[in-house]
Amino acid sequence: MSSIAVSTKTAPGPLDPRALAGETGMVERPRRRFLPFDPWHLFLAPLAAVMLLPLVWMVVTSLETLAQTRHFPPILWPGRLQFGNYAEAIHKSAFGTWFWNTTVVTVTIVVSNLIFCSLAAYAFARIRFLGRGVIYFVLLATLMVPLQVVLIPTFLIVKDLGLIDHLGALIVPNLVSVFGIFMLTQFFRTLPIELEEAARIDGASRLTILLRIVVPLSLPALATLAVIQFMWTWNDFLWPLVTILTNQNAFTLQLGLATFQGAHQTTWHLLAAANIMSMLPILVLFLAAQRFFVRGIATQGLKG
Amino acid sequence: MARVAFEDVTKVYPGSVVAVQGLSLDVADGEFLILVGPSGCGKTSALRMVAGLERISDGTITIGDRVVNDVPPKDRDIAMVFQNYALYPHMTVEKNLAFGLRQRRTSRDDVRRRVGEVSRMLGLEELLQRRPGQLSGGQRQRVAMGRALVREPDVFLLDEPLSNLDAKLRVQMRSELKRLQDRLGVTTIYVTHDQVEAITLGERIAVLSDGVLQQVGRPQDVYDDPDNVFVASFIGSPPMNLLRGKVTSGRVIVGDLAFDHPQVPNGDVLVGIRPEGLRPVGWDHAGSGFELRVEVVEPLGDEVLVHGSVEARDADVRLGSEEATLLADTDSDRGTVTVRLPPEERPEAGSRLLVAPAPGAIRLFDATSGLAIRPA
Repeated sequence: MSSIAVSTKTAPGPLDPRALAGETGMVERPRRRFLPFDPWHLFLAPLAAVMLLPLVWMVVTSLETLAQTRHFPPILWPGRLQFGNYAEAIHKSAFGTWFWNTTVVTVTIVVSNLIFCSLAAYAFARIRFLGRGVIYFVLLATLMVPLQVVLIPTFLIVKDLGLIDHLGALIVPNLVSVFGIFMLTQFFRTLPIELEEAARIDGASRLTILLRIVVPLSLPALATLAVIQFMWTWNDFLWPLVTILTNQNAFTLQLGLATFQGAHQTTWHLLAAANIMSMLPILVLFLAAQRFFVRGIATQGLKG
Repeated sequence: MARVAFEDVTKVYPGSVVAVQGLSLDVADGEFLILVGPSGCGKTSALRMVAGLERISDGTITIGDRVVNDVPPKDRDIAMVFQNYALYPHMTVEKNLAFGLRQRRTSRDDVRRRVGEVSRMLGLEELLQRRPGQLSGGQRQRVAMGRALVREPDVFLLDEPLSNLDAKLRVQMRSELKRLQDRLGVTTIYVTHDQVEAITLGERIAVLSDGVLQQVGRPQDVYDDPDNVFVASFIGSPPMNLLRGKVTSGRVIVGDLAFDHPQVPNGDVLVGIRPEGLRPVGWDHAGSGFELRVEVVEPLGDEVLVHGSVEARDADVRLGSEEATLLADTDSDRGTVTVRLPPEERPEAGSRLLVAPAPGAIRLFDATSGLAIRPA
């Protein structure tokens, strides 16, 4: 909470909570402080440290020599930093291809999910049609079916489509997700119906309402869906492992990373370096999308 | 400009909830009509059917010369102001105003001109680049009005537009709205649950209860001469006093008061007298009025409201539970009488007062049907 407060103080924008607070007459109560920081930090800081430890270890490993990575007890400061590991990881493998493949698959899936899930979710949330409840229920029920159960049937369908060993095998089954439909439907339902009624009277069509009213108000939900979908796809290992059999040109990052781990030898330092490089996009995405996670402006046009 | 006609309009919601039943009502071209009634009486449903946001279960609604039952909202040439304003939160005031025009492919110059006109008319020029979240309640209300005005519609629909404002702002916006309507002369249907708003604003008011139209007329006529007990007890603040009486061969007896009313058939009646229709009289006039035991005195500055119970020697004047179901506010204590007095005549709580009805102040209603009994 305190970090949010600090950030809004430095950059008061239209979403400044203080502006809203002033409107509703809420005043932040000054609290007596015994510490220069929130007492919660005494609990949270060690917890954060525990969470960060594996990451730190990975960074350290990526800067060590192979011999150092095998040392026991683990060496936490390698002395000379082996930045060359990164170049080596890139050159010794098809890292560029993997990265490109993963990017293509992930971006396609995220974009198509945003489009298709919005359309389906809007229909479920707002349009009355025969069987809406039943179809929605059946869709939700599929969320409870574990991946292992549908793995083989899906594989067979993808095979019949002739997509095995192609990136298409990774993209097509994931163009739309039930989770995304569910999430957006729930969010769309919370938007005030009067906004859409006003737009209807103003002469907007269904699609215009979706694009000009519903989507702009749902940016937090769409951003959340995008990030979740991005992570799932980017980090997915099992499905690519099953469908990309021999074609090395269609390897994704996660498949590629596994090749560092051989039957006889694992090049830990290169694996760590490649891992960090493959993690970067997700890290950047998280930092960029962070502000969307705080639910925004959807209800401001209505009464205070 | 257009007239709006409801013909036998019925709205049934799923689960056979009847919101509006057989509503027939004509709104003349340029008229300001108020639909008023307690919450859940069907007034908003009626308005939404005109807007096209709700399907009409039965009957027809005509705007101008066109039956609009199957016409989508955008083609009805109406504009609506919602109770919660429904401003698009992600758009600036300017874009909110322009949205409807843009959807109708109005040229850029026209959009700019009309947005400019309306924002001048409503004093929104300074606010054009702000978003709804940065506006006060009154400003949002004005933007909502502006969004309706900018389209130059045939019919204006307002759904409790002032109910989210504080009391002072409400009075101010009320007169502003009236001025605006006078100036523009657009046919307006205005929904409210606030009978004070209804009386002050409307050229005509239509009182609804349980989906059924109770009375339509000029506010003063509805106030002075309600068609039934519901209207009598709904319109007016405080509402009309209603007491139980009996008629025997042309003589009405209510408590200690008795008067002749030759045209009324024998039986039970409800006697209605507005709070300002009762006057304190000297004790030598016993028999011409009620004896009131004063319970609560409410000074309002320009007047005093005196609430008391009737001391009746002969008969109980309190409404029975059966009769109370006819009233707008079925929970209120029906044994009390309210008298509106000038401040200098303020009595003490606990004192006794003899009050008599002013000439012509008495209204009679049938005790079973609740309908007004009027001299033929």
